[in-house]
Amino acid sequence: MDPDADLLDRLRRGDEDAFVTLVGRYQQPMLRLARSMVPSQAVAEEAVQDTWMGVVRGLDRFEGRSSIKTWLFQILVHRARSAGSREQSQSPRDGDYSVDPSSFGADGQWAEPVQQWVEDSESRLDAATWFPVIAAALDELPARQRQVVILRDLEGLTNDEACAALDVSAGNQRILLHRGRAKLRQILDAKMDRN
Amino acid sequence: MLSLRRKDIVCQQAVELVTDYLEGTLSRRDRRRFEAHLRACPNCTAYLEQIRMTIQLTGAIEPEELTSQARADLIDLYRRWRSEE
Repeated sequence: MDPDADLLDRLRRGDEDAFVTLVGRYQQPMLRLARSMVPSQAVAEEAVQDTWMGVVRGLDRFEGRSSIKTWLFQILVHRARSAGSREQSQSPRDGDYSVDPSSFGADGQWAEPVQQWVEDSESRLDAATWFPVIAAALDELPARQRQVVILRDLEGLTNDEACAALDVSAGNQRILLHRGRAKLRQILDAKMDRN
Repeated sequence: MLSLRRKDIVCQQAVELVTDYLEGTLSRRDRRRFEAHLRACPNCTAYLEQIRMTIQLTGAIEPEELTSQARADLIDLYRRWRSEE
């Protein structure tokens, strides 16, 4: 169920609070995404503001076939790309590994046991504690990987929605997601405190 | 992402299949091989669990609150945009 569904009617009626609610939900993730596509924070902010303007003016034409969220990110990607892209059309490289090859022996098996992050399956890692680590780790990802991870794992877009927003093939999107998640895992693993 | 010719897969291959596995895009045969590997391999099982937690933690990031100034600015803009229509 789209959590923004109720907002659409209110937005169409010109409800300011609905607009502020939407901005509150998506301003940060949009900035984060935009920042991975353009050369500076200022340009990213401009692209995000342009997106909000596009939303306000385009509401009547929005048919609601996708979620508002997907629509927002589509507009943003479009604006950010035309605002001055720093992206090279890099395609995922085959030479990348999910796990450093030195972690495996010559037989392809783990050289050292993989540690569990939590010993007890009942206990959950505390998300708030890890928030700054994840946020910093995201910034370390190559731009295209970061974009896919933001849309899929942070924003919860489906595979199809993320492909549509970023205009990438399903195959490339999956490779970018795979590399991005693997890199995040690696960074988290290095920071896990094992008592 | 990686085609499997031999019957069994090794850990180094298994970790490259994790996303296809979670996305449900492995062929049935590769899926069976991957799951068979997991059953026999606590290390890859732990690795898959780490990836799941990574996804969970990423999804738990909450947007920061807007400052009241940012909020006021946006409301101004919003009014301007609407009045220009």
